[in-house]
Amino acid sequence: MPSILVVEDSPTMRQLISFAMKRIPNAKVIEATDGVDALKKLSSEKVDLILADINMPVMDGLKLVSLVKNNQSYKDIPVIIITTEGAREDRERALAIGANAYLAKPIQTQELIKLVTSLISV
Amino acid sequence: MEAEPGITKKVDEFLEIFKKGEEFTKELLRENEKLRFRIAQLEGAVQKPADEEKIRLYEERIRSLQEEINAVTERYRKVEEENKDFASKYVEVEEINNALANLYVASYQLHSTLDFDEVLRIIIEIVINLIGAEIFAILLIDEKTNDIVPVTAEGIPLESVPKARIGEGLIGSVAREGESYFAAEISRGGDVAKGEPIVCIPLKIKEHVIGTIAIFSLLTQKEGFTNVDYELFNLLAGHAATAIFSARLYTQSERKLTTIQSFLELLKEKPKR
Repeated sequence: MPSILVVEDSPTMRQLISFAMKRIPNAKVIEATDGVDALKKLSSEKVDLILADINMPVMDGLKLVSLVKNNQSYKDIPVIIITTEGAREDRERALAIGANAYLAKPIQTQELIKLVTSLISV
Repeated sequence: MEAEPGITKKVDEFLEIFKKGEEFTKELLRENEKLRFRIAQLEGAVQKPADEEKIRLYEERIRSLQEEINAVTERYRKVEEENKDFASKYVEVEEINNALANLYVASYQLHSTLDFDEVLRIIIEIVINLIGAEIFAILLIDEKTNDIVPVTAEGIPLESVPKARIGEGLIGSVAREGESYFAAEISRGGDVAKGEPIVCIPLKIKEHVIGTIAIFSLLTQKEGFTNVDYELFNLLAGHAATAIFSARLYTQSERKLTTIQSFLELLKEKPKR
């Protein structure tokens, strides 16, 4: 059963992404409201993939990616950034610190499901 | 010693008989050969029609198999066409499903609270995340002055969004007519200072307009509007309006309730003095 951690401060987007992820067979969705909340969830639950926004309070998505990719226990977890920042330099920055993929909002649900499925090899 | 004439005669007779026997045997052998040949001929004649019959049957079988192959090929072609049709229908259903999910989430969130500021925040989230707007404002009609007053803005300071009046300018026209406005050219963006958005959605409760959402520019990656966007605009026009209206009423009634409760508290306290 793939376990997907959705890190998003906006309840609307969190619900929408979770909704989409629940369409992946047997997927379990864990929700976090910011980077710190995500780290707490990571320490207590098995996570196969992280979907994170960039602009979040307390700890943003880029900091979270950096911490995850520099942690021996979590570094192999694929991370997909979902953000309103659509500029090329934003994308490059996120990929440079270790994000596995980058999607600009508004997202296409099919595209997201396809990407997640390919990264967790469902 | 001379042989007796009787014996010689008998020998000759025997030889004669023997020769005749030899000739008769040869004759029989020839006849036998002829009969064998004839039998072979007759056997061949009997075999030939049997082979022809087999060939005819085989040809018939080949023809029927060929027909079966053609029918199967045709069926396969039809199934393949149906398959393609199903695949494209599946994609369509998926798109509709996703659109419905977006609309459901947006509507669910809009009606999830009676807090006015929270409702405004949810509308902002929907317009940013689901539609892909970068600069926009929500304006509400002040029923006393007929002004259309900006109550929140995203991407620009609230003070930079000018007030509008019902019937005046683009925003005012949308508020009066109650019809959404979409600029023909959206890539260049609108003009905030002049109050000229690229998209202006009336917030309506039935035919009563309570405000507008004015979008001045879209996120760089957003190239145009899809069908889902128009559905979201329609949803916002109705549901955002009722959510704002309900939240405002609730806030007002809460305020009144607090005032009345305070007043009652005062009345209760008076006799004690």
